[in-house]
Amino acid sequence: MLLIRCPYCEAERPELEFTYAGEAHIARPADPSALSDDEWRDFLFIRTNPRGRHFERWRHMHGCGRFFNAVRDTVTDKFAMTYKAGAPRPSDEEIALAASSVKEARP
Amino acid sequence: MLLANHPLLGKTIAGDKTSSLTIRAAEDVARFSLRIDPASAQSAGAAFGTPLPTRIGGLVENGGRTALQLGPDEWVLLAPVAESDAIAEAFAALQEPHSLVDIGHREVGILVEGEAAALALRSAIAFDVEAMPVGSGCRTIFDKAQIVLIREDNNRFRIEVWRSFADHVWGLLQAVSREIALGI
Ligand SMILES: [Zn+2]
Repeated sequence: MLLIRCPYCEAERPELEFTYAGEAHIARPADPSALSDDEWRDFLFIRTNPRGRHFERWRHMHGCGRFFNAVRDTVTDKFAMTYKAGAPRPSDEEIALAASSVKEARP
Repeated sequence: MLLANHPLLGKTIAGDKTSSLTIRAAEDVARFSLRIDPASAQSAGAAFGTPLPTRIGGLVENGGRTALQLGPDEWVLLAPVAESDAIAEAFAALQEPHSLVDIGHREVGILVEGEAAALALRSAIAFDVEAMPVGSGCRTIFDKAQIVLIREDNNRFRIEVWRSFADHVWGLLQAVSREIALGI
């Protein structure tokens, strides 16, 4: 089972307590009525679906109840880092740093 | 209280004598779910008569009243049944916006005590129960049921579980205590 670090609980908790909630950093259009049907379709349904690094939302459903964001590799299923909802998308350096500190923490 | 009719009330799973594992239904308590801005936690603590913990997982116990922080703006409050009305009144006078919901009838408390307590819980909880600090608590999953787990002492845990899930949790604990008693 995966252990996922909740940035609110500041603890690694079992995957069982979490639910996946789709791709992160998708901003709702400021003026929805100005969108064409195609743009509205893209907002609602079209996702990047990458092979590799993915920014995604998770919810600590059976814990603190909060939504947060995670960086996960869709090939290896490894979490590089998690961060609070509302925080900006982390840079490559921040992700590399977070991933290496996780490795050090584990014996 | 509705709990007076709960089938688990007064029941005990007497475990094996060598490991001294005892599992029993806890006495009824008043329970509240509190949602409030953490910036107002201090005045909420004053209303509750016990300061609220200020980090998730934090537990404060004082004179029979217990406050556990479950989320950034969520606490669960436990107190003797007789103090239930007084607590509701104290919060009604609180000026800061908040929500206090009586969940006293929603849950059943189960006490798991003894040297094998962590071992028994480990059978159905996916995180490291041994590493859980004494005097902390969290919401988690026991098998498939959502519970609130509190570590009151090194060898004493309290499970708070919804009434409808309580039989499931109890049945599993019964099976596990049998396995522990038989040393398998
Ligand atoms: Zn959490």
